[in-house]
Amino acid sequence: MPNPSARTRPTSPHLEIYRWQIGNSLSILHRLTGIALALGLPTLCYWLVSLAGGEQSYRAAAKLLGSPAGVFALIGWTFAFLYHFLNGVRHLFWDAGYGFERAQRHASGWFAVLGSIALTLCVWGLIFAGHRS
Amino acid sequence: MSLRSPLGRVLGLGSAKDGTAHWWAQRVSAVALIPLTLWFMFSLLALPALDYATVRTWLSFPLSGFFAVLLLGVLTYHSYLGTTEVIEDYVHSAGMKVLSLLLLRFLYVLVCGAGIFAILRVAFGSSGS
Repeated sequence: MPNPSARTRPTSPHLEIYRWQIGNSLSILHRLTGIALALGLPTLCYWLVSLAGGEQSYRAAAKLLGSPAGVFALIGWTFAFLYHFLNGVRHLFWDAGYGFERAQRHASGWFAVLGSIALTLCVWGLIFAGHRS
Repeated sequence: MSLRSPLGRVLGLGSAKDGTAHWWAQRVSAVALIPLTLWFMFSLLALPALDYATVRTWLSFPLSGFFAVLLLGVLTYHSYLGTTEVIEDYVHSAGMKVLSLLLLRFLYVLVCGAGIFAILRVAFGSSGS
């Protein structure tokens, strides 16, 4: 098969030509949080395997995930999940044909961003509050 | 009359006949993940603590184990569809693309398989250590 890149072809404008605004930023963030969550999947499986392995291995996993770096990563994954969830629902509405007006797009976009930040704070507030009691 | 050029036909370019399958599978798994991920998040938040005994007891309930297996399966599928798309978009050389897609597929099966097996071990009560 000939190498398609051997000849110089006209190229279409790529990402860097567009002005940054909420629409494309949130689209990129959706993909980034998706990649982050893909890295969270092996972590979730590691936690489950440690649970099946018995008390000792579970303690080791809990210690790792409960370390400052572990908690930092878990908070990041919580935000990534909640954002990907809310923005994903936004995409599903679009797929069904709703919410395409400019005002609606902006409102739902801000809802996804601020909502996921607020919910992340709620979830971790609950966790830290539970720890103290 | 075909709109395909003779060169395109020789090179095997053109429709692969599955244009919407990937897109559709991504949406369907996304819809399935709405209740499954919510169940998982609220279940963990509702537990009084996340120590070994509590989590193990929770996951050994039949319904918890069942939903956990479904969650992990659909999650892996959805994540696989997404990261596949990322590799297809950004890895340009044909050899590297095939290699990384193969590696990705093996990794997903390995990780998800280990996770599901762990849930089943807890569910069917073989105690570790």
